[in-house]
Amino acid sequence: MEPLQVIREEFTDDIISVSEFRGQISVTLRKDNVFEISRFLRDEPGLNFNLLRDLCGVDYLGIKEPRFEVVYNLYSIPYRHSIMVKAQVPENDCRIKSVTSLWAGANWHERECFDMFGIVFEGHPDLRRILMPEDWEGYPLRKDYPVKGPEKEWSGFLNVLDKAKRFREFDWHG
Amino acid sequence: MDNTEKPFETRELTISMGPQHPATHGVLRLVLNLDGETVVKCTPYVGYLHRGIEKLGENRTYFSALPLTDRLDYISSMNNNVGYVNAVEKLFGIEAPDRAKFIRTIVAEMGRISSHIIWLGTHVLDIGATTPFLYAFRERETIMDLFEMLCGARLTVSYPRVGGVRNDVSQEFVDKLYEFVLDFPSKIDDYETLVTENRIWKERTVGIGVISAEEAINWGLTGGTLRGSGVNYDVRKHAPYDAYDRVEFDVPLGKNCDCYDRYLVRIEEMRQANRIIKQCVEKLPAGPVMADAPKFTLPPKDLVLKDMEHLIQQFVLITKGPTVPEGEIYVGTEVPKGELGFYFVSDGTGRPYRMRVRAPSFVHASVLPRLCEGGFIADVIANIGTIDIVLGECDR
Repeated sequence: MEPLQVIREEFTDDIISVSEFRGQISVTLRKDNVFEISRFLRDEPGLNFNLLRDLCGVDYLGIKEPRFEVVYNLYSIPYRHSIMVKAQVPENDCRIKSVTSLWAGANWHERECFDMFGIVFEGHPDLRRILMPEDWEGYPLRKDYPVKGPEKEWSGFLNVLDKAKRFREFDWHG
Repeated sequence: MDNTEKPFETRELTISMGPQHPATHGVLRLVLNLDGETVVKCTPYVGYLHRGIEKLGENRTYFSALPLTDRLDYISSMNNNVGYVNAVEKLFGIEAPDRAKFIRTIVAEMGRISSHIIWLGTHVLDIGATTPFLYAFRERETIMDLFEMLCGARLTVSYPRVGGVRNDVSQEFVDKLYEFVLDFPSKIDDYETLVTENRIWKERTVGIGVISAEEAINWGLTGGTLRGSGVNYDVRKHAPYDAYDRVEFDVPLGKNCDCYDRYLVRIEEMRQANRIIKQCVEKLPAGPVMADAPKFTLPPKDLVLKDMEHLIQQFVLITKGPTVPEGEIYVGTEVPKGELGFYFVSDGTGRPYRMRVRAPSFVHASVLPRLCEGGFIADVIANIGTIDIVLGECDR
């Protein structure tokens, strides 16, 4: 059976919209049951989406409400079908359940999504920044974050400058 | 004596390996908690090479984001370009002409060979065999020279373009390439003579870094790292792009899920890549190398300099970008490291609203704790080599 048909029948209440573009199907869902739906998609015989190809966030600032979407790109190696599941995450409740316990590979993807968008993944074993320094302020891939970075220097870089200055003043022969 | 009856005191040792370490293949930092020689905990730290390629891509037109992809996996930039242009072409709804598709298949497989050669050279060098490294770089030099002959650049090529390739191949290039293709299998035999049955090599790789098929899929591994565990997943077979549906090749699979099988898989992949290039050169069709889609592809440079309409077309495409249908698309391609995916959200303007790079190295680096914990510290080096990561792609 077609994956989309199964999802439509099983989770009628959770689906917000379904769209197709160039033969790729994406299903937009409410975020509450994303974990259960993911588990169903992974384990249900006939669907068996065993490979989480990708997980990323998208920021629709000023375009759509709710603001964020988390996109799960699933693929089934035995059946060779794929689906994109998108969960809507509002800005004032910026959290969603982690799927790391279903796909171990989601671990770093979710950390990156947290790092770049500030979306909190509940139940994640180790939710820290991954690409940016740990004391970085702001979430770089949000649309209201400037391309050229913030006005002030990152504190870590200031520390380095300060240290360089102190070493220059050090009296090596004294 | 009382001393002898006292238990010998040990304590856990924490060492930081990297970011500057020759065996981490770039700026990867691992914090290792050691109990004697055994790794108790391994925590990778990445991000030292983060350049914000996704953010930069959102602020450039689809054409000008292409050179950024060169900087992802900088030792096989051809493959990144091919992946990028395939994704953009699918989003635009255009198709490259046959000749361009065959040329792209050729250069992608050349990129695969050159990447696997570097992987082989550095991986065995880490484990202690110096000689294959020198042989490997000899062949890589030939491929780099061929790239230079083709497009003038050796490393960051930007040769494939949206809608085709930058320029046609010359007969001289085809002849030199064919010469290389006929000669290369004997070179692979050379590497195998040095390494495959080498006792030290086998001691260091057989049974090391074992990850079962189910677990490998669960971790999201792709490419040779996944196929070493015996999972038949190759994007070139599952969702063929360019000319891969018109050439014959086999997908090698491992059995024992260890470092040694992943080595065998990649060696065989080089032979298959060579086979694909040979077929493509023999079948190379005649015709144009750029799609005839004026709204989406840049006009030829000589016409831009002579003709007003083409100048306007070039100007509009470069400054404003093409008018792209709204939608979102994910296209994965098989690069030497695994599956490189591009996910675009288009809002109808000339710039992607969201450009996401699904980098195989990023996923592969995340599996390091799983492979290293419980093993010896010496095997950490073997595990880093076997997952075949490039940190430029990992950190983006």
